[in-house]
Amino acid sequence: MSLLTDIARGMLARRKRQTLVSVAGVALGVGFFIGTAAVMRGFQTYFISQIIDVQPHITIKDELRRPLPQAAELANPGAAVALAGLRPQDRIRGIRAPGDRMAILEAIPGAAAAPLLTGQALMRYGARDVSATVTGIDPLRYPRVSNIAKDITQGSLDDLRTTANGIIIGVGLAERLGISLGDSMNAVSPRGVTLLMKVVGIFRTGIVSLDQTQAYTLLKVNQILQDRPSVVNQIVLRLEDVRQAEPLARMIEARFGERTESWEEQNANILTVFTIQNSITFSITGAILLVATFGIFNVISTVVFEKTRDIAILKSLGFTERDIQVLFLIQGLAAGAIGAAMGCALGALIIEGMAQIRFGSGATSGNDRFILAREWQIYAIASGVAIVSAAVAAIIPARRAARLDPVQTIRGAA
Amino acid sequence: MSLLEADSISRRLPEGPVLLSEASLAVAGGEFVAITGPSGSGKSSLLYLLGLLDRPSSGRVLLQGQDTTGLTGDALAALRLARFGFVFQFHFLLPEFSALDNVAIPIRRTGLARAEARDKAQTILAGLGLGSDSAKMPDQLSGGMRQRVAIARALANDPAVLLADEPTGNLDTKNAAAVFDIFAELARDAGRAVVIVTHDAELAKRATRRVHLVDGRIVSDAAQG
Repeated sequence: MSLLTDIARGMLARRKRQTLVSVAGVALGVGFFIGTAAVMRGFQTYFISQIIDVQPHITIKDELRRPLPQAAELANPGAAVALAGLRPQDRIRGIRAPGDRMAILEAIPGAAAAPLLTGQALMRYGARDVSATVTGIDPLRYPRVSNIAKDITQGSLDDLRTTANGIIIGVGLAERLGISLGDSMNAVSPRGVTLLMKVVGIFRTGIVSLDQTQAYTLLKVNQILQDRPSVVNQIVLRLEDVRQAEPLARMIEARFGERTESWEEQNANILTVFTIQNSITFSITGAILLVATFGIFNVISTVVFEKTRDIAILKSLGFTERDIQVLFLIQGLAAGAIGAAMGCALGALIIEGMAQIRFGSGATSGNDRFILAREWQIYAIASGVAIVSAAVAAIIPARRAARLDPVQTIRGAA
Repeated sequence: MSLLEADSISRRLPEGPVLLSEASLAVAGGEFVAITGPSGSGKSSLLYLLGLLDRPSSGRVLLQGQDTTGLTGDALAALRLARFGFVFQFHFLLPEFSALDNVAIPIRRTGLARAEARDKAQTILAGLGLGSDSAKMPDQLSGGMRQRVAIARALANDPAVLLADEPTGNLDTKNAAAVFDIFAELARDAGRAVVIVTHDAELAKRATRRVHLVDGRIVSDAAQG
């Protein structure tokens, strides 16, 4: 085999410039693929990690995926008669037996769970009324599933327990109300309950919609405010391994019956956008590689054409058709491999170049540069595709070379 | 039993013209056969058929009594590698490789390592008086030297049959005579069968046997002193 490699090297070396051009084509394709893939994957990975960081990984809701069968349907299972105009049975909203469920959920290794009761309330301070979402939390469990402890800028989570009717509000909400730490205000729920609540903490998440509308209080306090004693309407979970979210959510839903959503399900629209984005990137870089492949096809075809005599003489010396085919496949593979190697270097340069760019937009989240994925898998995929397509491009001229009739060539030369 | 035998072989092109019709010829080891004839008489076609480079349209070619008709392309290639050596009018040396490597390539194809193959090639080149020129590239050699390198390459795997198609066609008289001497010597000393195609009547006289073709037919076949 090393003999064929030697001959292939000699043949390619004779067409240095043309070989270089086609190799450069492959290198460009591979390089740009690596560059764009790094930006795309970097952004997507960052985005997903933000979602994973901010949102619960699994949310159990106090609703069912399908409406419960009504009493009339239960009484006549499999009946051939359709019932219409039934008045559905009222169902008391809320997750049943949250204590039992919490015990089961907390026994899952690598998972932390916290029960919540969320509801609306009107915050009334001085002359201002601002509507807010009040979430009743367990201050021992909730920090294990969220970043609340990290986000609190004034006061502390523990003060919820030590202060009667304590409340922690978002920084935007505090500004809209004009209220500061230690002040008291009235909270009015849609059920008409009014509580005088004291601000014991202010948080800032950086997400404007949360900071302007969210408030936290003790689960028990919110149950009084919402007039729903002992009721929990959400259980949120955080997992050590986020990839387990979807299967675990399905397991929980199958066991408890309540609608259970993983973070993937809740963000399905964004994940779909990513898939579309990826297919666009892959088709464009695929097109670049296709053009590069034509370059390789061109070089190998030219070499085959120019080397007709050499092919004839090699055959007369006792080289088989297969030898000749391999000889030109090696040349295609070599062009592809060199192109891939150069492309990897180019890609690394593009990535480092982009890493130097600053947008200077002063975005709130502090991102003023490309988030780049420096993953070896990207290089491996790009190189693999380049080498395989180079080999495919070389197959046609290589087969033609193998089938050349040496007698015709030698006769033609004489 | 003859070394190489053509049994009533014909060669027609698909478009119609007949290159060779029903030629029969048996060559023994040690013979030096010159095939002569006017242009287009089928000399080269006969040579390519004898060398298993082409397949006859009808008839058989036997190598050491064995029929080669049904053999696959790969089997024929293996026979060419081990048993035959070809020399053409043009040297057809690979331009990217030195004289030494050109001779070493068919030796390496048999599976020998590069260093051993080069040693062997050097010995063969030295035997043809090219020992000191072996590192030169083909375009650094004179026409006569190139043809001798081509002969060395044909001899690389010590073939039983050496076939040459107008090997002196591009050489001046002096070089042509020298190359002819080499062939005569190769037939005499090593017991090879040497078959050459030539239109040079003077040189053809020096072969031990002369076969004359006209219009694709063998019209005379005689030993000569």
